[in-house]
Parts: sequence; C-alpha cells; structure tokens
Amino acid sequence: MLTLTHESIEPAALLQAVMCRDCGGVVLFLGTVRELTNGQATVALEYEAYAGMAEKELHAIEANARERWPIGAMAVVHRLGKLDIMDIAVGVAVSCPHRADAFEAARFVIDEVKKRVPIWKRDHTPEGTAVWVHPGA
Amino acid sequence: MTIVVELFARLREIAGTPYLELELPDSATLAVVRWQLAERVPEAASLLSKSAIAVNECYADETMILQSGDRIAVLPPVSGG
Repeated sequence: MLTLTHESIEPAALLQAVMCRDCGGVVLFLGTVRELTNGQATVALEYEAYAGMAEKELHAIEANARERWPIGAMAVVHRLGKLDIMDIAVGVAVSCPHRADAFEAARFVIDEVKKRVPIWKRDHTPEGTAVWVHPGA
Repeated sequence: MTIVVELFARLREIAGTPYLELELPDSATLAVVRWQLAERVPEAASLLSKSAIAVNECYADETMILQSGDRIAVLPPVSGG
C-alpha cells in the first residue's frame, strides 16, 4: 500500500497492511498537523501533489529500503487536501523480522518521503493568509 | 518544438497559471527550459533556481536533451509530511 488519499488515514489499516508471519517488529509512524511551529500558529494545512510522480517515488523509496533492510511489508499513505490540527498527514508502517531493522527502515522511509516525494503544503495562518512551504527557498 | 511545462505550489501562484508553453530549439537541454522560464516569469527566478525539474515523472538533470512530447514539471522544494 503506497498511495495518496483525500480520505482520513486509518492507522489500523496501515498496520493490517504490513502484518506478516515472519515479522516480529512492526513500526508505525504518523505525521500529524501541528498547531505551533516556532511560535507561529497554524489553523490548517493544505496538501497538493504531482500525483503520478509521487506514487512512482514512493515505489522507488520502497525499493531502496528493501535493498538495505529485510522488510516483510511496507505501507505509506499521504493525505491530500485540507487538514485540521491533529489530522494525520502521513502514515508509514514497516514490518521486519526484528525491531532494530523495523525502526531504522521506517525512519529512512519517512525521511526520504519528506526529501523527494513531490508533495507540497500550504500553511493557513490565523490572520487568514495561506503560504506555500518551500524549505530552503 | 513546443513543450508544455507544469508548475506547482508557489511557482504556479507566482506564474498565475499551472501550465506554460515554451518554444524550444530541437535538441534543447533542460538548462534551456530553466533559462526560458526565468525569462518568462522573472518574479520566480529565485524560487526556480532552487527547484528541481522532472521529465516524464522522473527527476532529471540540466544536461538532459528533450524530445517532443516530453512532460516537464517544475518542482519547488517539497514539503510533504
């Protein structure tokens, strides 16, 4: 399960997707919408994607992760559209035979998602403005 | 050849349009696309210089030679998650 969605992300579905008989470690990471960033309030985040390429990049990330860790199964779901505070923006679940690999692989996957998957967020402020977030620009 | 370039996020906002058509010489490289975009939308020059370019949904570098029908997208720094 590597996908983008306009629906709420269900953590239970992510876990279900990665359960496997030979895996004794399952790590679930959820990225949620935070109200305060460096003292600045957010009222909502709005996500858009270059969808076809985003899904291709998710598959490439899975392939890269599988070269490095003995992954049983992996799932990534990223939300699109307008999200409220505490909504889940992204979910990553990874199962491996042992916990150390599962933690490392999940960390790698979320870091790669943030680095290379063409998705952008717009930050809606209490003042009514909406600003695209482009790190380093 | 005519190439359509798709823009995203703040770049699209600055350009005021999600698609721009560029007229390129045959065998033009991606570097020419960058240069023409900066001329067409000078207000976006700074963000363009920090943006990646994808050809047919894959990250591509400046030396890539374009072919008619290629799908180009300009990707400002991503902020998913």
